[in-house]
Amino acid sequence: MVGIVAYGAYVPRLRLQRQAVYDANKWFAAGLRGLAKGERSMANWDEDSITMAVEASRDCLTSHKAEDVRSLYFASTTHPFKDRQNAGVIGTALSIEQNLLASDVGGSQKAGTSALIAGLNASKNGGGPALVAAADKRMARVASSNELNYGDGAAALLCGTENVIANLVGHHSVSMDFVDHFRGDETDFDYGWEERWIRDEGYSKIAPPAIKAALAACKLKGADITHFIMPSLMPAVPKQMAKICGIADGSVRDLLGANLGDTGAAHALVMLVDALEGAKAGDKIMVVAFGQGVDVLVFEVTAENAKLPKRKGLSGWLARRKEEKNYLKFLAFNEMLPIEKGMRAEFDKKTALSVLWRKRDMIYGLVGGKCKVCGTVQFPRTQVCVNPNCHAIDSQDPYAMAGLEANVMSFTADSLVYSPDPPGYYGMITFPEGGRFMADFTDSDKEQVKVGAKMRMTFRIRDNDTMRGGFKRYFWKAAPV
Amino acid sequence: MARGIKDKVAILGMGCSKFGERWDSGAEELMLEAYKECIADSGIDAKQLNAAWFSTAIDEVHVGKSGIPLSMTLRLPNIPVTHVENMCASGTEAFRGACYAVASGAADFALALGVEKLKDTGYGGLPGGRGGPLQALWNANGTAPGNFAQLASAYQTAHGVSADDLKKAIGHVSWKSHQNGAKNPKAHLQKAVEMDTILNAPMIASPLGLFDCCGVSDGAAAAIVTTPEIAKSLGKHNLVSVKALQLSVSNGSESGHNSWDGSYFHTTRIASKKAYEEAGIKNPRDEVSMFEVHDCFSVTELVTMEDLHISETGKGWKDVLDGFYDADGKIPCQIDGGLKCFGHPIGASGLRMLYEMYLQFQGRAGARQLKDPRIGMTHNLGGSPRENVSSIAIVGRFE
Repeated sequence: MVGIVAYGAYVPRLRLQRQAVYDANKWFAAGLRGLAKGERSMANWDEDSITMAVEASRDCLTSHKAEDVRSLYFASTTHPFKDRQNAGVIGTALSIEQNLLASDVGGSQKAGTSALIAGLNASKNGGGPALVAAADKRMARVASSNELNYGDGAAALLCGTENVIANLVGHHSVSMDFVDHFRGDETDFDYGWEERWIRDEGYSKIAPPAIKAALAACKLKGADITHFIMPSLMPAVPKQMAKICGIADGSVRDLLGANLGDTGAAHALVMLVDALEGAKAGDKIMVVAFGQGVDVLVFEVTAENAKLPKRKGLSGWLARRKEEKNYLKFLAFNEMLPIEKGMRAEFDKKTALSVLWRKRDMIYGLVGGKCKVCGTVQFPRTQVCVNPNCHAIDSQDPYAMAGLEANVMSFTADSLVYSPDPPGYYGMITFPEGGRFMADFTDSDKEQVKVGAKMRMTFRIRDNDTMRGGFKRYFWKAAPV
Repeated sequence: MARGIKDKVAILGMGCSKFGERWDSGAEELMLEAYKECIADSGIDAKQLNAAWFSTAIDEVHVGKSGIPLSMTLRLPNIPVTHVENMCASGTEAFRGACYAVASGAADFALALGVEKLKDTGYGGLPGGRGGPLQALWNANGTAPGNFAQLASAYQTAHGVSADDLKKAIGHVSWKSHQNGAKNPKAHLQKAVEMDTILNAPMIASPLGLFDCCGVSDGAAAAIVTTPEIAKSLGKHNLVSVKALQLSVSNGSESGHNSWDGSYFHTTRIASKKAYEEAGIKNPRDEVSMFEVHDCFSVTELVTMEDLHISETGKGWKDVLDGFYDADGKIPCQIDGGLKCFGHPIGASGLRMLYEMYLQFQGRAGARQLKDPRIGMTHNLGGSPRENVSSIAIVGRFE
């Protein structure tokens, strides 16, 4: 039977305090006062939906081998590239390329669940393990409610047929062009219609029939549902839908608004990970995503869930947090503030695509080398071994380093270099297995960066080539463990 | 070890422009300023030059590629001109080329001229954004101060030196160079600075503050070399001859192999040993009279004095604080102000160091003249602590 075999999540470290946003904007939008509580996740300047999806996928694959994945679906409404397969970047970062079907899924807030249905069906039909990653980093206008309600984050689910932790009981979808909001291709921002109309003509008339159809197909009653997952920017809506469908009020899952925010196309899957982390064998989980129709999925948790090896998961990533009260920094990170960057920000970031292709395992996979003659691990992998007592030629096998912990050997905080978040922290990191390189640090504070500090490698944006329409250069950075 | 070129080459003449933010001059004017002094000092005519070496490091922001800019600017008599670039060691490389030409007999008179015009970029610090298309994809987004600053954290770790002690020691390095630079009319920065000012200056790349970083300057320096025999035949006295020229270049072990701890310059240790051997120096701490080393950053100088085998490893900071390298110390270092105050027009720096040595040996160093120097050593370090070019020149009285 097909189902979910592993889960993972990712939440950026920074948590923007909503009160700080409100304090800056209340002169203009006093009506936002009711939303000025709690915090929302805020991507670092070097994070986007691809980097967050990579992190969530790595979290998910804590217990499984990446090379076994046969299909990869990446759901988002904020894919960094319109034409360049975003899922392919994730696949290369995970060092899976061969025998891989990769696909981007987008265009709707139900992209995450649609991708999950596709992944489950692919796996069910003999396609092997399918990895479904969903991430969103949505922009919002200054002083809008979206700015306060949205959060940045990602989830990943591995679909398969062996050691299933949550069996797919059934799913049902309806699709119709109900435009509660839209984002045209000439803007970064959403444009939404009146909430009361969305609630009364949209949710209330579209969701319950689909939920009931799914229940019927699964031969279940509303009361059988233990966890009811339904993202919505209107917190009362999921409870109303549950009530209409006979689902207990106590089964309605928290929307994670207080300390995360709504992560867009990823949110249904983020909430599913949240539910799976605490679910017991026999629990029935219903996932509903609304957006130009409805996707409904029903799962039954198995005894395998308790045996799944530990991972950070949503709770782990949520626990890694740093309060951010600087609203201007949030605007600057999102290119919403014409900040004076100085001439050092003008250096050309043109990427030689031919070089990137030749070196993609090194750049996107952080794959180094291990010398067959002397055993020295090194980065990058070159033709002549770096060991001064070896220097063997053409002696190295590929050696994956992204999953290794490193130590800080030397470091600095550089105020001269251009960084969107000065000072720029970087330093020499060494891997206990062998190998070292001068790495940019990210998610770092003065108190954390020390000689000997343990660092974890994380896939991030290195540069953005704005001269050529926003080609993001990705590479691995070191972040304090 | 090869036979070397000890005493096969003598310096016939030298020149050096005023260093600084030379808003009045382009690279061409700076080159001519140094050359005019140099050719007059040598006493020969331009037509007698057989070959020239021309050094710049960041030529893309001033003269561009090839030997043509030097030949055009000086209207040289269609002789071979070779453009050399080896980062901060470029000036010494031009000198090395000219010396080897003379030592081999291929040239009787060879010119080495280095120039850098950095202050046409519109911003402070060195121009950035170099490196090939692969480096741009993975090398840390760093600067020169940020790379050299890391010597400090590694040095502290390796030798158990406290952050405060090291900060004071590197502060003293800069304080001493400012004392010296104040006596040099060609220096970029000619003002003595109080220790408190140095220690409390704004941070550039921790722990390096503003005064731990050398100036970014425009300037040029030049030398004409010949054989000691030819120099004597031209009636020259007090000859200054070349005792050793050595270069060591990283091969990636520091940046890629876990055997290096980041607290020293692997290449400088190698190049200096070879240079002492070529020059026949057994005990450098007793035999060398003065140093001009690559103090691009204060911590670089401190560590270098250990790698040149003068201070004991891990104890250089104590020698510095004891005033060992001050103008009135045992071995004065940066008597002309160093990169810190004389300035650092990259392609000219190696030749600028030799210029000071030349003046000192000839008793022409004015207010900063040392008493009876016999052997002088210059050192350049191009790149970063983990990947670099280290060059050494030893010059001295021809006896």
